[in-house]
Amino acid sequence: MQRKKWIFATLAILPTLVIFAYVRIYPIGDTLRLSLHKWDILSKNKPFIGLANFEELMGDPLFLDAFVNTTVIAFGVLFITIPLALVLAALIHHRTRSHFVGFYETSIFIPHIVSLVPAAMAWKWIFDARLGPLNALLTTFGFSPKAWLFDPVLSVICIIVLCSWQALGYAVMIYLVGFKSLPTSLYEAAKLDGASGPQSFWRISVPLLKPITLYVSVVTLVSGFNVYAQAFVLASDSQGAPGRQVRVLVLDMLENSFRNYRVGYAASEAVVLLAIVLVLTLIQFRLLREKGRA
Amino acid sequence: MSTVTDRTRALGMARIRRRSFVDLSIDVVLTLFCLLMILPLVLLVSNAFKTPQEMLAWPPTVIPDVPTLSNFKAVLADTPLLRWVANSLSFALLSTLCILMTSAITGYILGKFRHRLLSVFFAIILATAIVPFEVYMIPLYFQAQSLGVLNSTWGLLLGYLVMSFGIFLVRQNVIHSIPDELLEAARIDGAGELWIFWRIVLPLLRGTLGALGILAFFQAWTSFAWPLIVATTRETYTIEVGLALFQTGFTVDLGRLSAASAVVLIPSVTLFVLLRRNFVQGVASTGLKE
Repeated sequence: MQRKKWIFATLAILPTLVIFAYVRIYPIGDTLRLSLHKWDILSKNKPFIGLANFEELMGDPLFLDAFVNTTVIAFGVLFITIPLALVLAALIHHRTRSHFVGFYETSIFIPHIVSLVPAAMAWKWIFDARLGPLNALLTTFGFSPKAWLFDPVLSVICIIVLCSWQALGYAVMIYLVGFKSLPTSLYEAAKLDGASGPQSFWRISVPLLKPITLYVSVVTLVSGFNVYAQAFVLASDSQGAPGRQVRVLVLDMLENSFRNYRVGYAASEAVVLLAIVLVLTLIQFRLLREKGRA
Repeated sequence: MSTVTDRTRALGMARIRRRSFVDLSIDVVLTLFCLLMILPLVLLVSNAFKTPQEMLAWPPTVIPDVPTLSNFKAVLADTPLLRWVANSLSFALLSTLCILMTSAITGYILGKFRHRLLSVFFAIILATAIVPFEVYMIPLYFQAQSLGVLNSTWGLLLGYLVMSFGIFLVRQNVIHSIPDELLEAARIDGAGELWIFWRIVLPLLRGTLGALGILAFFQAWTSFAWPLIVATTRETYTIEVGLALFQTGFTVDLGRLSAASAVVLIPSVTLFVLLRRNFVQGVASTGLKE
């Protein structure tokens, strides 16, 4: 029986093991390997060049531009999403018994699940300089209309708004789970001591939800660093080339690989992306552990 | 005596009134905010039914004065939109199926069988889970190329065969909700391993797999970067890629874009509203990783 059991286990896990090795482990390893090689699709040989790709990246204005844009977008989304999500989740949790809770949860969450491109299309229309309702709204209030999607600073802001709009639903949902797990006795005690709603939010909820805040922050940042479709749709340059107005890391990487045929160089960009994600995750674990010790 | 109780009662009433006032204002704020959240999508869908003149109207109308289907007719004539939807649908359904199968069986084995190699495998799954797809998609593209599956559903599928989180989620549920005694009892009664998995484990995992399935479906349905590089012919685009490339053209007008977007949005939003509870359960469980 014991032998039969293990034969089954081996046979059952083997397909996943093979698939996983082929579509995850091998390509991840290949990214690391290629980043140390010079490979220009067409040429047969891939000479090992050490860290030369990374050295070149440090002086590549297109990459640095993409790096700065992506970082600004990721942190911009973080600073809008986290406080807003925390407050919204607190309010929704406070009104748990209301008939509208289903409506609140659904409508805040819908932007997170709809396809990126149609959603981005809606915002592209909103921000449109000639046809968009945003400029129409500004003019009715006496402000001058702006070329939202063609100004280098404003177009980054537009992407941050779009990404935050999408990220918010996920953060609210995770926070709601967090609020439900908080001990109600603490709030009752605080109420007896005369604490107001906002006070118990600041003094009890926010500190207790810190691990969740940390988790949501890392998830938001990581997905912010992988931003691509949003910039692809929103930020076409004046010639209509998608995503050129605001370069982001993934765009730069794909251009290097499939337009300039510099796969090794693109792989080194991927490694930079990986390093960013690893650092963020390590910070998260470090902070969580410190909290556990304290 | 009676004045005291009267006063406390009055105070209590005042407090209740104040509280219901606060609750009411919270409801108002939340309702306004939620309407604002869905407004872009509502306007997009309504634009799809508008004539070019009405689309420029300020303030924008939510329900078109003169609803028209001409945008839909035009976009269906311009683009193989239904083909793209079919491509996305078959890709998303196949991906969901693969992820459910690999997650169910692997999560079960990792949850109920003890062996050093299995622990190593699980550790590798966890460690690679944080690596974003974008990091390794270029080498994966060349693997797809050498398999000769570019520009096909199989090529798309290659990137979405397994989901680390799915394996993790099933493993957690197997550990927490399927007692060892149940499995041992079945073994003593002479049940085969496959029968146990099929008849005992799978039915108990129905809720988990439902949530995971919806998560997997939406993940594939909304994927962008991978389909963009793998499916590069007009006939093999997914709906996301097709739309994104369609909107970069110069001649495209807003009405057609909105109509095309509406075709994608309406079914997925409907699906989501119907399956909301399962979906929320699935997403909420992603937050419980630690």
